[in-house]
Amino acid sequence: MRWRSRAALGVPALLALLLLVVPLLALLAQADWRRIPSDLATPTVLPALRLSLTTTSITAALCVLLGTPLAWLLARSNHPATTWLRALLTVPLVLPPVVGGVALLLTWGRNGLIGSHLAPFGVQIPFTTVAVVLAETFVAMPYYVLAVEGSMRGLDTRLESVARTLGASDLRYLRTVAIPLVLPGIAGGLALAWARALGEFGATITFAGNFQGRTQTLPLLVYVELEGDPAVATSISIMLLAVSVLVLGLLRGRWLR
Amino acid sequence: MIRSQAARTSTPAGPRNLLRTVAPAAFAAVLAISLAACGSASTDSTPAAGGGASTQGSAGSPPALSGTVTVLAAASLTNSFDVIKTEFEAANPGVTVEVSYGSTATLVQQVNNGAPANVLASAGQSAIEPLQKNLVKGSSVFATNVLEIAVPPANPADVTSINDLGKPTVKVVLCADTVPCGKAAAATFTKARVVPNVVSKEIDVKATLAKVTLDEADAAVVYHSDVVAANGAVKGIEIPSQYNTTLRYPIVTLSDEAATRAFVAFVLSSKGLMTVQSFGLGAP
Repeated sequence: MRWRSRAALGVPALLALLLLVVPLLALLAQADWRRIPSDLATPTVLPALRLSLTTTSITAALCVLLGTPLAWLLARSNHPATTWLRALLTVPLVLPPVVGGVALLLTWGRNGLIGSHLAPFGVQIPFTTVAVVLAETFVAMPYYVLAVEGSMRGLDTRLESVARTLGASDLRYLRTVAIPLVLPGIAGGLALAWARALGEFGATITFAGNFQGRTQTLPLLVYVELEGDPAVATSISIMLLAVSVLVLGLLRGRWLR
Repeated sequence: MIRSQAARTSTPAGPRNLLRTVAPAAFAAVLAISLAACGSASTDSTPAAGGGASTQGSAGSPPALSGTVTVLAAASLTNSFDVIKTEFEAANPGVTVEVSYGSTATLVQQVNNGAPANVLASAGQSAIEPLQKNLVKGSSVFATNVLEIAVPPANPADVTSINDLGKPTVKVVLCADTVPCGKAAAATFTKARVVPNVVSKEIDVKATLAKVTLDEADAAVVYHSDVVAANGAVKGIEIPSQYNTTLRYPIVTLSDEAATRAFVAFVLSSKGLMTVQSFGLGAP
């Protein structure tokens, strides 16, 4: 009887593992490891790596600075509109990134909702590094907000009552009680958002374009190299994989359980 | 069209519970996303059915063709090959033509990696050089194309010639250096001794044109056929022939089935050539 329940869980679990792991092994198996150092020395790689790390770091910072207060307000609100607001936040998750890129152009482009008011001042967002950050934030922030909101909702409400009776203000309660308690949630949401930003492709190429050193991030470079030299593309993908595993591994050891 | 698509996709979803186990999910997401960039070039072309054609016709009448012809065609051929497909299928009811469009460089990679294609129609001959020679059963030029400058209809940067593309105030979008239209544009700028003020190098010619159609770039260098296909959404500015680069479009036969040969012969027939030329491509 026991082996039956084991098989009922084990077989699908194994299938899930295969579905996820085999493509990774295929990528690693196809790589020409001796070529990787010289491939990564290609002059296009370093600017793309630098740009990817800079823009994803700024995106992560924006998530924390702007996303945490939003998550807090969403977690505390019981207003019926909150449900709709939360649903609205998940839209960028299901939106095809290219459509997100078009939406960003319609917002920040020179004829866009906001962009048309910036143009007279000589401010142009598309084709700039700012556009890369906006695209990454657009796709990554929902992951952060939803993750942090989830863990904030899980807080024991009695803690707040106690803090209040001791005379703590909203901000003080948040700073000294709530945030330290939801730190694992924040770290998890941050990791998820950062990972999504690092892999961002569709919205970036649509909205920010592809220019070396300015808007060409690693995923864009992989796509371009796939048409030039596929072996270089594989090498860059493996580096991207290594960078993300490294960063998430460090985060995991430090904060994630 | 894209706007309505965005509206349709906005189904609310509540993945709050999913996000509870965030750490493993994050790990998996990274792996998936890093790989997405690698695998995004695949086609959904289906394999040729049953090895192609079978002879069914009785003596006297030409044998009826059957099977599927899988065609990989350059992005700049999208409109013309849509019509060729319809015309050929109307003339040969037993044959299904499946066309997958993309940058020629990508298509060549797909063929080299074993994509089950019967015909490859390429933008330019240099683009098919990486094609494995043992896969090629035949090749002939069926069209030519020249470069042209595309600007938004209002021409906000007041571009009148290729020399204007060197001005720092003109935002120019080109194809990436790895795809044919990018290589051709680079050759043209060298000949014209103009260093363009490039803001983006797009992955194929349609993406390049889109930046002008969306009125975000001031000018793009695309093919004449793309300006014709844009149907008024952009304005074309000719590049003088002494600077221009002419691309010769080869159609490459990759298999020996009767239906495949018939399709290639149809493209090269006077009717096929006329169809292609009605979309702004030049005679071979």
